[in-house]
Amino acid sequence: MPHIPLPSHLPGITGLLEYRQDTAAPIRELTQLLLRGDSTLSQGERELIATVVSFNNECIFCTTAHTAAADLLLGESETCEMVKQDIDTAPVSSKMKTLLKIAKLVQKSGKEVTPEAVAAAKAEGATDEEIHDTVLIAALFCLYNRYVDGLASVTPTNPEFYEYLGERIVNHGYNRLPQGYEHLKK
Amino acid sequence: MAHIALPNEELPGIVGLFGFKSETAKPLCALAEVLLRGPSSLTSGERELIASYVSNLNNCHFCHTSHGAAAMAHLSCDVNLLDDIKQDFIQIPVSPKLRTLLNIAAKVQKGGKHVSEEDVAAARAEGATDQEIHDTVLIAAAFCMFNRYVDGLGTWAPKENEAYREMGERMAFVGYNRY
Repeated sequence: MPHIPLPSHLPGITGLLEYRQDTAAPIRELTQLLLRGDSTLSQGERELIATVVSFNNECIFCTTAHTAAADLLLGESETCEMVKQDIDTAPVSSKMKTLLKIAKLVQKSGKEVTPEAVAAAKAEGATDEEIHDTVLIAALFCLYNRYVDGLASVTPTNPEFYEYLGERIVNHGYNRLPQGYEHLKK
Repeated sequence: MAHIALPNEELPGIVGLFGFKSETAKPLCALAEVLLRGPSSLTSGERELIASYVSNLNNCHFCHTSHGAAAMAHLSCDVNLLDDIKQDFIQIPVSPKLRTLLNIAAKVQKGGKHVSEEDVAAARAEGATDQEIHDTVLIAAAFCMFNRYVDGLGTWAPKENEAYREMGERMAFVGYNRY
């Protein structure tokens, strides 16, 4: 049960974002920019960063939701699964491996990101903006994961929920739905 | 030197990063503004104390000291009293309710799952409302983001408290919306 009363038809993050919309607005705007805005990283690659951080923070809701989004964007589910288990053997570019490793360091602490980890990314062709965005996406998911679990919001266990949520994320992005969420009431 | 080339290397902490990408700076500033200075039954001083406290647990000197200085400005205390935050508030007056909220914030810093029903019940017993518990968790979570952004890109930070006096006053009384 959540630590505070949240709308029961909106488990995970959505009920929290609806609970206080004035704090949700900049969080949504930042997420939309980072994960859906113009970038030399693909949307699928950026969802992999979100997933690997959520996985290491052991946030089941965010991990499952962003895995679903990454799988849809990549067109297969093997890559995301392998990224979670072992970045080195995952079928992603050498540059992406170095960025995912930076994201994992950020998950532990900002101080863990070493000049060597950054140099490795630059040697594989990562730009300053890609490194910036990787760090900020990883940091943002350290917020989300703590927000979701720190208030004990409900984590659905049925796979269909995440299939629907993954589609919603891919098709509508991270802005609040224009019509709100009343239609999700059963 | 920061891990990426910033347009103005002289600007410390997150301020230097804002200059790198103003697009993301805007919602980051808006979030700080609403969380720390927006409508709440917690005072801005109390919320800045939570921000500074979490930042110290994350070992982020820039955020700890700048938000500590903002808290001191709100509380009309000298900037040097912010060192008391590191020793769990021996001198800064902290209400029993705020103490329970600081405990929740410390749990969030470790990981969301560390917040127990007992921690929340203890806050309620001291009169904390749902929204105060919500805001405490979100402020703590947001500073787990801000701290990682600042340190994950290797920004520099002035060491002495004195260097944060004006910055803290500006954060407290002018606010965070610069974009």
